[in-house]
Amino acid sequence: MRVAITGLGVTSAIGTTVKDFREALFEGRCGIGPIQQADASALKFQNAAEVKGFAWGDEKDASLYDRFALMAGAAAEQAIGDAGVPNGEDAAVVTGSCIGGAQTEDQSYRQLYEERRTRFHPLIIPRIMENAPASLISTRWGFRGPAFTLATACSSSNHALGHAFWLIRNGVTRRAIAGGSDATLTIGLLRAWEAMRVVSADTCRPFSQDRTGMILGEGAAMLVLEPLEDAQRRGAKVYAEICGFGMSSDAHHITQPSGEGAERAMRAALADAAISPEAVGYLNAHGTATTVNDPVECQAIEKVFGAHRPAISSTKSMHGHTLGAAGAMEAVAAVLALHHGVLPPTANFTVQDPQCPGDIVHGAAREARVEYAMSNSFAFGGLNAVLVFRAGW
Amino acid sequence: MAEEDVTRRVIDTIAKTIHQPTESIGPESTFEAIGVDSLDGIQILFALEQEFDISISDDEAKKIRSVPDVVAGIRLLLAAKG
Repeated sequence: MRVAITGLGVTSAIGTTVKDFREALFEGRCGIGPIQQADASALKFQNAAEVKGFAWGDEKDASLYDRFALMAGAAAEQAIGDAGVPNGEDAAVVTGSCIGGAQTEDQSYRQLYEERRTRFHPLIIPRIMENAPASLISTRWGFRGPAFTLATACSSSNHALGHAFWLIRNGVTRRAIAGGSDATLTIGLLRAWEAMRVVSADTCRPFSQDRTGMILGEGAAMLVLEPLEDAQRRGAKVYAEICGFGMSSDAHHITQPSGEGAERAMRAALADAAISPEAVGYLNAHGTATTVNDPVECQAIEKVFGAHRPAISSTKSMHGHTLGAAGAMEAVAAVLALHHGVLPPTANFTVQDPQCPGDIVHGAAREARVEYAMSNSFAFGGLNAVLVFRAGW
Repeated sequence: MAEEDVTRRVIDTIAKTIHQPTESIGPESTFEAIGVDSLDGIQILFALEQEFDISISDDEAKKIRSVPDVVAGIRLLLAAKG
């Protein structure tokens, strides 16, 4: 069974509507700037891709849900509205999150250790649980099918989308909403990232020789999936098909990628889509701009694609590394690229690192009618998830 | 503290917690009548503990079903506190 993507929703530093997100992507507009929601002045870095002025839901939602769940709710509302799905009795909800309710957790620890409080808000547990977005979406829109949350760090929402895709392809359900969210710009986690020495003090320059690390982001992205035949029958807009999903584990190291694992995940996704490598015209890379990721990823891509290398960009250069939302946000980017025939650039690009071979889209978006796009997500801990999309035209 | 003062503060606290106007809650209101579910209930208990600087035990909490229950319980706790 072929599976269509009929609804998109996004909450990001470069747009809280799909239209704004798309325009920023195609213009190469970067959403990175000084962190406002935490005091980062004493840190080695002060920049992130932050969602400014975010608000969604009413006062009751604000007391029930952490920022990461509200962001997922905002993205889901857009995606469901976009798909025009009347109801979702049997619909599946599959979400991804790396950290969960980070802001609630941070605030609670501050109250416990710093303020020495002895009384705590009674909803800390439901606010911090990683599955809160799945429960919010399921409850709000009455989706009563399979619902679960995957936590595979930076691959979380690619795993979520892949599993939602397989649920539909295997006939378990005829509708799904899938994606991910994370809102982790708390002082505790910023300090933890600082200690890893992987965050840039400047900006995110994937594949550039002078790149200095990743830039953290926050946000959510959600996609509505359904059988292509259902979408065609009801005359829905089909952005693209989701047609391949591949997973692997490096079985190698807790933070260092092996490359070989990434390669196997890409090959598995191509095999699942039943296409050959040369069919892929665009690849939305994991492209974190860390010293280690980019060469390992580019070399793995080269091994998989050989002489038929797809055009590559890393949209993390604009919306930052949104961790558990990354896969879904980049899926939206890849799907928009296919749908509009425009490949988003890698922003902030300077000079290509010779260790990062490939046809990197940079400077400006590239107009290209591409049939298949791939989107990579590789997590700390060596857990890889790769998706393949096919243009809906 | 006078019963009317406790009642007023209890109603204000409940209204604020469940995001309802104070006029919608009377001194004799039951939680059922004002649509308080179990999740609202634990949030109300938390807010009341903060408001009156008291500690409501789980046993006492289970018996609370209405504004008068709350007011009576709080007056006892305040009296015990001196």
